[in-house]
Amino acid sequence: MRHTISVLVENKFGVLARISTLFAARGFNIDSLAVGETENPAISSMTIVVKGDDRILEQITKQLNKLIDVIKVNEFNDIEHVERGICLIRIGLNKSNRNEVMNMIEIFRSKIIDVSQSSVIVEVSGSEDKINDFVGKVVPYGIKEMCRTGVIALHRGQSVIEGK
Amino acid sequence: MVKRTGAQILVESLLKENVEVVFGLPGGQALPMFDAIHGSELNFILVRHEQAASHMADGYARSTGKPGIFIVTSGPGATNIVTGLCNAYMDSVPLVGISGQVATSVIGQDAFQEADITGITRPVTKHNFLVKDVNDLAKTLKEAFYIATTGRPGPVLVDIPVDVQRASCEFVYPDKVDIRSYKPNYNGHPIQIKKAAEVINKSERPVFHIGAGIVASNAENEIFEISKKCNIPVTNTLLAIGAYPLDTNLSLGMLGMYGTFCANKVVQAADVVISVGARFNDRCTGEVCEFAKNAKKIHIDIDPTSISKVVDADIPVVGDAKMVLKEMAVFMDNKDRKDWLKAIDAWRTEHPLCYNKNDGKLHPQYVVEKISELTRGEAIVVTEVGQHQMWSAQYYKAKNSRLFLSSGGLGTMGFGYPAGIGAKFGNPDKEVIVVAGDGSFQMNMQEMAVAVLNDIDVKVVILNNQYLGNVRQWQEMFYGKRYSHTCLAKRKKCPKWCNSPKRDTCPVYVPDFLKWAQSYGALGIRVTEKNDVEPALKEMLRTKNSVVLDVWTEIEENVFPMVPVGASLDNIITRMNG
Ligand SMILES: Cc1ncc(C[n+]2csc(CCOP(=O)(O)OP(=O)(O)O)c2C)c(N)n1
Ligand SMILES: [Mg+2]
Repeated sequence: MRHTISVLVENKFGVLARISTLFAARGFNIDSLAVGETENPAISSMTIVVKGDDRILEQITKQLNKLIDVIKVNEFNDIEHVERGICLIRIGLNKSNRNEVMNMIEIFRSKIIDVSQSSVIVEVSGSEDKINDFVGKVVPYGIKEMCRTGVIALHRGQSVIEGK
Repeated sequence: MVKRTGAQILVESLLKENVEVVFGLPGGQALPMFDAIHGSELNFILVRHEQAASHMADGYARSTGKPGIFIVTSGPGATNIVTGLCNAYMDSVPLVGISGQVATSVIGQDAFQEADITGITRPVTKHNFLVKDVNDLAKTLKEAFYIATTGRPGPVLVDIPVDVQRASCEFVYPDKVDIRSYKPNYNGHPIQIKKAAEVINKSERPVFHIGAGIVASNAENEIFEISKKCNIPVTNTLLAIGAYPLDTNLSLGMLGMYGTFCANKVVQAADVVISVGARFNDRCTGEVCEFAKNAKKIHIDIDPTSISKVVDADIPVVGDAKMVLKEMAVFMDNKDRKDWLKAIDAWRTEHPLCYNKNDGKLHPQYVVEKISELTRGEAIVVTEVGQHQMWSAQYYKAKNSRLFLSSGGLGTMGFGYPAGIGAKFGNPDKEVIVVAGDGSFQMNMQEMAVAVLNDIDVKVVILNNQYLGNVRQWQEMFYGKRYSHTCLAKRKKCPKWCNSPKRDTCPVYVPDFLKWAQSYGALGIRVTEKNDVEPALKEMLRTKNSVVLDVWTEIEENVFPMVPVGASLDNIITRMNG
């Protein structure tokens, strides 16, 4: 099962390495990872997506909590939350596919952020599923390049992390 | 206010922490620290190999309960302590290690003797720090001590670049620590504790399984009282030897691969296993799915990650062993559990620990039995790793906890001798005896210089079987007696394959441990006959100096009982072919 975990950490040198070392050493797989500063520059927020059964998830959360620099760990699966990621894709354009590609971009409410003679760069954002869906749809038109971020997440309603 | 250099801050901080002794060895990137040590009252012990410094600090810590300290230089000095850190990490031993580092301005440039030691040791320390600003040093050291000694203890490394050692600032040693992301929890949850007590009250066949956590939290009395009150038998891990008295009908001895028949039987037949401060290592559980299959598991541990990591806990209690046991005792009923204890007595007498006592041969178990007898179990016995370690665990009747020190989780050959020296520094009035294998001893025996030069009388009893005996036993039992590279006497002229070693036909053993001891000014004694064991041990104990007692035991003796790797505890082998 897929789990999204949010981890608040001290924004210190080496913390990302501690987390990735932990995952590697314990044999847990990271599906995706996104890191950034929070409103408090001393604290970073990481969103980690992992796959595993409940037992593995329990170990991951406990092991993360055990790291001295980890302030708070939250698992999102059981709470209502929003998840977003971004994907940039360069799609090859030619006379025959141009209209269909433009349609697809429209349908997914994605954006064209760069245009050249033979290609466009499209930005899609949304849940992992939505991005996967879009990528699947444009594969036949020829993806020349693509990169995507890990998802980031917040729960809906009140903050569970700081209780505010 | 007067300014201090980083190096002076380090020394003064160590003194403020009441550090009695520091082990280590200097080098280029540690020069300012060593200069500051030179003018101070810090008791610094110069070792011969940094790995030994980390094990000495470890032995000091295990035997005293206080953190062990070492200081080494950058690069090779620092990489040499990785084994010591990992060893201490696996066994939850509080250490504060200090390493020199190249100057901050050249970190990352592959400077001379640069090693990314915080990177290298991240997975084998409880935490580590690279101090880049002298203003952070005092606070970091305070935190290092705090982290090492609180919660589940463990080693902490502080890496200090040479320019930070030289830079200066005002020195204020903080008297409090507040780390927002590290708040160990000592109080068990009252509801969980009550639930646990209720399950135990209803049980017919409960058993306590105690580990190093009992020793770390000084809960020896609590476990004794609660087991007596409720008539619950107690088995221990290797690291909890001595934590529970052996002379009661509730004591089962050690559990697991080389544990007693009785302890293994009891755990497999139990309806509740209450594990306290133990982490279900595979050497204890055997095949996990078969482990105490019909028992409810209550797991009390200060480290939440230990719970349900290997064995699923039905009732987890996160907290300090001492506090939890105290609170749990209130809810527990007195019960006599007569039938259970009767069954246990039967298992105890069915297969007690045994070896051939009547064939006149010099069996290694006999040597440990004699040590136990002559010291009345009051000496600190430290082991290396191998068969001799298991015989020591089985036959040394330690009167208290912290009297049997052994590398458990990592199983580090070369640990015992330096750890014994460290233990003696912490316990100058106690007899310290290292029971060593002839293989393991050779991994750190150079530290005899430290013992001799500092008038540290640590006794070494080598159970010399001319083999990496533990591995040889497995080769004998599971690899068709193909003794691949386990003979320590093998020479070029020997047949390529040999599985019939004999003292009188095998080549002369090297080194000659007697001459070797003598070259340090220590006493060397050799024993090859059973009858000479006791007098030699007595002479050793009379001598107030380093002694190496080289005992030539039966070569192909095996450790029993034994549970093969991957087998269930039910499949315990009590003797060869039996
Ligand atoms: C550093 C290290 N290397 C290898 C091993 C694997 N090992 C475990 S026991 C053992 C043999 C130890 O021989 P010795 O010290 O003579 O003890 P004996 O088993 O003969 O009593 C070996 C090689 C280990 N535990 N530690
Ligand atoms: Mg040997």
